[in-house]
Amino acid sequence: MKFKVNGQEVFASTGGRPFDKNKPLIIFVHGSGLTHMTWVLQTRYFAFHGYSVLALDMPGHGLSSGESLKSIEDMADWINNVIDAVGYKEASLVGHSQGCLVTVECTSRYPDKIKTLSLMGGAGAIPMNLELLTLAENNDPKAVDLMMDWAHGPAGHFGGHPVPGLYHINTGGMLAKSRTIKDTLGVDFRACDNYKNGFEAAKKIKIPTLSILATDDKMCPVKEGKKLADLIEGSQVDIIDNCGHMMLLEEADRVLKVLKNFITTNFPPKKI
Amino acid sequence: MADKKGTDPKTYKFDTLSLHAGYQPHKNAGSRQVPIYQTTSYLFDDVDHAAALFNLERGGHIYSRISNPTVGVLEERVAALEGGTAALATSSGMSAIFLTVMTLCEAGDHLVVSSQLYGGTVNLFRLTLPKFGIKCTFVKPRDTEGFKKAIQKNTKGIFGELVGNPGNELMNMPEIAKIAHEAGIPLMVDATYQTPYLCKPFEHGADIVVHSLTKWMAGHGSSMAGILIEGGNFDWMQNDKFPTMTKPYEGYHGLSFAEEFGPTAFTMKARAEGMRDFGPCLSPQNAWNVLQGIETLSVRMKKHCSNAEEMVKYLLGHDSVAWVSHPSVPDHPDHDLAKKLLPNGRGSMIAFGIKGGKDAGVEFINNVKLASHLANVGDTRTLVIHPASGTHSQMDEATLKFAGLSHDMIRLSVGIEDINDIKNDFEVGFKASRKPRLVSNQ
Repeated sequence: MKFKVNGQEVFASTGGRPFDKNKPLIIFVHGSGLTHMTWVLQTRYFAFHGYSVLALDMPGHGLSSGESLKSIEDMADWINNVIDAVGYKEASLVGHSQGCLVTVECTSRYPDKIKTLSLMGGAGAIPMNLELLTLAENNDPKAVDLMMDWAHGPAGHFGGHPVPGLYHINTGGMLAKSRTIKDTLGVDFRACDNYKNGFEAAKKIKIPTLSILATDDKMCPVKEGKKLADLIEGSQVDIIDNCGHMMLLEEADRVLKVLKNFITTNFPPKKI
Repeated sequence: MADKKGTDPKTYKFDTLSLHAGYQPHKNAGSRQVPIYQTTSYLFDDVDHAAALFNLERGGHIYSRISNPTVGVLEERVAALEGGTAALATSSGMSAIFLTVMTLCEAGDHLVVSSQLYGGTVNLFRLTLPKFGIKCTFVKPRDTEGFKKAIQKNTKGIFGELVGNPGNELMNMPEIAKIAHEAGIPLMVDATYQTPYLCKPFEHGADIVVHSLTKWMAGHGSSMAGILIEGGNFDWMQNDKFPTMTKPYEGYHGLSFAEEFGPTAFTMKARAEGMRDFGPCLSPQNAWNVLQGIETLSVRMKKHCSNAEEMVKYLLGHDSVAWVSHPSVPDHPDHDLAKKLLPNGRGSMIAFGIKGGKDAGVEFINNVKLASHLANVGDTRTLVIHPASGTHSQMDEATLKFAGLSHDMIRLSVGIEDINDIKNDFEVGFKASRKPRLVSNQ
């Protein structure tokens, strides 16, 4: 669906079901340079099981208008504005990679609004490889190729997508190339590199939190994810073997199972 | 980002993908070879799991008409080799074309189509699709501006074979892609003759690629199969031409394929709607057979192409040959374009005219012993046919002429036998073709 935030048109997938304000809201926040489509194997389940879902395209990404936001802090405030714009008082947040930085910061800033936090491939800081950052800022498509290489674990490089016929790496690459690379990936990578408040923000979080990490994640390794999780009181950690950073595609079923158990327990759906 | 190594991506290259893409042994009991899942249907964990699969909430298999794990490996492997986002395998190349058109078009729509196509494809576009309310305008493959002029308000796409069957005329794919995209419609290319080893049409602007996998991809003349592959770059939401891609679809709870699946929307719709409603599914055994062929694709294509170039030289110098058409011939009108689009080789399809016309052609074909006379191409074995009396025999004279066919034309699909054995066999055929005939072929 489309709606406006700060005067700019925003697109969000509602998981294939009409948006219903009477159901609890789950917001999905994508990673650097990507779009709402990365969440397709998670969002549709929740939309069909008693939740209202918004898998956002961040400003300047996917089908959303405007320019990419330049800092993680701005993105965190923007998520808060999204919740207001759709008429909700509270929501559950799910983030992947850069989306983890955004949702951690948002939760620390708006503790009364956010009811659960689910982090996939998250870390307290994501300092960027200088070559990758430079390539992205120079609009070089090699940045996307490198990201897809590093973001998939050894098993993910072979494929074996849960949706028959889809090839992971090319699909992810196409999402990252759907808008001008320097204006999406380049801006996002710079925002990640500049963000230093992750660990401090994590200390302020007092809500149920889940971290899903993967043993073959080169972008946000398990030890970095655990470091962040250790700072969040009572947070749960689930580690997926033989999987890389793109866990939401590489091990979509496993991710959904863990996410489903966590969210339905801590943020129950409306009975339908 | 912990990785500080160099900037070259380590994603697997073509030959490795040919052997490995789409398959993880550790998820299949450690079986090194892709298993043949010879089953019609798949157990649901519970009612919730069943509903999730039917609602496209989760990936997985329901019924082998829609998807099958062995077929899925083939689909993913071909998508990887083509540089596409997704693929859908079908029971034949023709069903892949039909499914592509039916996923794209509705009654009242129009397509612009290259005139030089396999005869069955010509009949699909000329005679069968109009029965579904889909009309087509044919344009000669070299008439790039003609494609532009033929586009109407209700045109939903351009379709063609990159190298036309059997005349070997090339479409200027990059230019025709520009024309299609300026009109907000996709370019669909049948790249059966090339395989992704010789050309990846997505790199030249195509949006949907189809193959008859029966040919070089499977390679051994054993199994029928087809596939459609999506490039993932076409924006279905840029205009209002594709409501079945962009508007809520009643058949899946109001799903918008373009919004929900973006770069894989076309394939998702082709499977969810097309395979469900038309059902031209590929058998797992045939999918496995094609996978065996793909494992050696680059090795075979190199030999096919080198043998073809040898045969071109041989035919050009032969007294019994009136003309030779192959993009490797320097005076072929598309020679330069072929060098650009087909850098790894110009393919193994040769058309040549035999002196003495149709009757000489009949004698030639009846007397070769190694080359097989049959209605197929892309076998490991050398194949010959006389199109005007075989593959294109259902065309009338005018259509034959428009498609660039002549009665003296012999279509040669060069195999990977020893090149001298092929030449020796052709000598026997040519000798027979020169024998005096009681009735003039003129």
